Order: sequence, then structure tokens, then C-alpha cells
Amino acid sequence: MSSLLSFEVGSLLNIAAILVVALAVSVMMIWVERRFLGFWSDRLGPNRVGPFGIFQVIADAVKMLTKEDWIPPFSDKFTFVLAPMIIPIVMLLSIAVIPFAPGVGVIDLNIGLLWIFAMAGLASYSTMLGGLASNNKFSLLGALRGAGQMISYEVFMGISILGVVILADSFTLRDIVEAQRDGWFVVPQFFGFLVFTVAGIAESHRWPFDLPEGESEIISGYNTEYSGMKFGLFMIGEYIGMVVMSALMPVLFFGGWHAPFGLEIGSPLISGLFWMSLKTGFFLLFFVLVRAALVRPRYDQFMSYGWLVMLPLSLINLLVTGAVVLYQAG
Amino acid sequence: MFSVIGKQINIIWSQIVTLWLVFLHLFNKADTVEYPDVKPYMFPRWRGRIILTRDPDGEERCVACNLCAVACPVDCIALQKTEDENGRWYPEFFRINFSRCIMCGFCEEACPTHAIQLTPDFEMAEYVRQDMVWEKEHMLISGTGKYHDYNFYRVAGKAIGGKGKGEAQNELPPVDRRSLLP
Repeated sequence: MSSLLSFEVGSLLNIAAILVVALAVSVMMIWVERRFLGFWSDRLGPNRVGPFGIFQVIADAVKMLTKEDWIPPFSDKFTFVLAPMIIPIVMLLSIAVIPFAPGVGVIDLNIGLLWIFAMAGLASYSTMLGGLASNNKFSLLGALRGAGQMISYEVFMGISILGVVILADSFTLRDIVEAQRDGWFVVPQFFGFLVFTVAGIAESHRWPFDLPEGESEIISGYNTEYSGMKFGLFMIGEYIGMVVMSALMPVLFFGGWHAPFGLEIGSPLISGLFWMSLKTGFFLLFFVLVRAALVRPRYDQFMSYGWLVMLPLSLINLLVTGAVVLYQAG
Repeated sequence: MFSVIGKQINIIWSQIVTLWLVFLHLFNKADTVEYPDVKPYMFPRWRGRIILTRDPDGEERCVACNLCAVACPVDCIALQKTEDENGRWYPEFFRINFSRCIMCGFCEEACPTHAIQLTPDFEMAEYVRQDMVWEKEHMLISGTGKYHDYNFYRVAGKAIGGKGKGEAQNELPPVDRRSLLP
């Protein structure tokens, strides 16, 4: 029991803290995103509920929960109810393998990176089943786009990470962070980082790659028929996915909890948590900035960009990384 | 081959420039006017809430000619003419249904006495629909509105109590037509 309550990987305290913080950050991102989208388009964003509008989140949650939860009579009821549950669950599961600081984490799987890809792959079932069960042509188009996007972007997302795996010689995320103690992987793996950024945005269906939603063309895509908290689950799943991707970015490329230029603060635990949350917050805001700035590509442009530019780029990156590592090994 | 790579670099560079330019907007002042706290400047000729004005002597300007009701494209004005002991015409009731009113200002243009005027008040929401219907006592203000010196009965030839024929401004005394015979 003492081991469960101590502060080490997999302890009860650790799991509870990570769950609460991850959910709180995901929910707060709703407000942060709206506020910063406002700033970046010369507006103010929600600023009236509470200090700086921070309780807008509560207002939104109350609105979601009290809305009529309507299941269309023409839908496939079981799948319709099942679909929105998948994405928050799998996204929360993929948080489990992310190491936040020395001794902070839910579990260190030896297939950590593969686990995240598996979970991200499962998340697209939420999109596909939701669109399919809605029995609505716009939802179906959205689900179709979601499936196409998943297939094409999963491929080079995996390949772009292999360079990091070669350099760290491990699939465990904690080992990957430890391998960056002397230098961040963003330098040797710059192209891998570029490809992974694009793929990460596409994977979490964030703007500008929100083609499954595409509100200007297909209403709201796969979640057209959803209302109330079922729609809220899709949203929260998307935001948790955003947190996962933002936490994965520093873990894979920016040294995880390691401080840059030796700027350690206090104990390794405090310093690790500080730098990890700083880096994660930076990428969360980067996601919002991308949403504020970039326009959504046409679907065929999006697909050809994935297969004709990103895939060759990640393959060349993998090839060069492997060659260099083999040459250095002698 | 190299032109293709150059094109792709160009595309990515353009995206990065876009991100940077949008990021710089963080330091701009927001264009938002925080409305209930900060009232926007409303132009004097704004066509908002309709009022009824009084002439400089403090009497009602409206002579109940019904031209505004005729001009109104949505028929939201209803009034009934009556007369006081001095012979002045005035509306017995004057009713505007603001839930129909489209703020076109035709009534103001039609009004021969500058009685009905549109004001910059735009905050016209009500909780009860019936409260959108305004009667004369709600709309009648104590001032002259946009036209300060105009007084219809002072310039018109109509005789009322206290002002006979020929006593209006710039009006000659009545001429006995029979005296003009050659």
C-alpha cells in the first residue's frame, strides 16, 4: 500500500494526479483556445464569466449537459451511442505511457510509442462509427474523409518517428527522453519533427486538417447528428488528443523534462514538471495558432500532399538516419 | 526535380510566414467594443426608437394628419385625431407597435410638423411582447428633438384659439376679395 501512495511511476497518487491534471488541462483548453483565437484575430474572446472569463468552461459544460440529448430515430442506436465514448477513452489511455517527469507517469510500457499509435488508430473509429451510425449523407462523407485521413496520415506518422526510435534505440518513451539528455532530437531529426507535426495535427483532426468536420462543406461532418454531451464527448476527446500530441512533441523531439541550457529549477522532480509543462503548453498554444492562421486545404490537395510529399520526406529521413547511425557504429 | 523541391519549400515557408504574421496580432489592441460597459458613439441621424416631440411652447407637435401611418410600410402606426377647445388638432391616441417597426424613417420624412422623429436609441429589447407596443405617453418627450425652432401653428395659416387669420409669421392679413375688384 505504501508503494501505491508514494510518488513513483504507477503509484495510485501518480495515476490520480495525471488523470485529474490531464482532464483539467483538456477542459481548460476550450477556454484557452477561444481566448487566444480571439487575440489572434484582434478580438477579446470570452472574458465575461469570472476573472478573464475563466469560468466560461463551466458555462459551456452546463450548456452541454442541459441540452436535449437527441438520438435520431433513423440512426443505428447502439453504434450511435458507442461512437462518442471511444475517442475520450483511447486518448486518455494513450496519456498513460507519456512520462511527465522523473518518477511521474502511469506506466512505462516497452512498446510505449506503438501503444500511442494503436490508440490513435482506434480513435478514428470514433469518427468512422459516428458518421456511419448517423445515417446521414454528410456524416457519411465526414466519416469517409476521417477514414482516408487516418489511413494516409498514420503511415508516415509512424515512419517519421522511426528516426527517433533508431537514435534512442528504444520504444519506451522514458528511454527516449533519457537519450536526449545531451541533445534534443529536434536537431538530428528536424525533418522527422516537421512531418510529425503535420501528422500530429492531422491525427487529432485539428484545424487546418479538420476535413472530417469541414463545416463549410459538410455541415459538421461526422458529428452533424450529435447533440448535448455526446457532441461534448467528441469535443473533449479532440482536446485530450491535442494534449497528448502536445505532450508527445517535447517527449520525442524537445528533450521531455530536461531543462534547456542547464536551467534546472530545484529538485529534478520540480524542474522536470516545470519544463515539461512549459514545453507542452507551448505546443498547445502552437496548435491554437495553427488553427488561427492556416486555411483548410481541399481534400485532394490534402491527400496528395500526404502521399507525395510527406511520405517520401519521412522515408528519406528514415534512410539517412539509419545510414548515419550504421556508419557511426562502424 | 529541384523545381518541385523548391516549390514545396516555398509552400512550407509561406505557411511559417502566415503563422508568424498571425502571431504578431497577439500584440495588437483588440478591435472589440465591450458594449454594455462601453457605449458606442451613436450618430445623431441614426434611425432608432421613435419619439413624439413638442414645439418650443411645449405643446404637442403632432396634428394627427395620419401621413406617418399612411407612409409606414409595415402599418405599425395607429392614431386617432381629435381637437381641443382651441381648435388645435392632436392625436387622441398614438400607438406604435415596435415589434413590427423596421426603423425605415418614412414616418419622419412624411411628417409635416417634425413631430415624429427617430432617435439613436437602439436598445429596444423587452421581456414581454406586449411591452413592444408604445402609446403616446411613452413616446412623447418634453423637448423639441432635432428641430428646435419649428412651431407648426405659428407658421401655418390655420386659425386656432389665441391666433386668428393673418397672425402667423410672414403671413399677411386676410384680404377682402371684394375690395380688390377693379
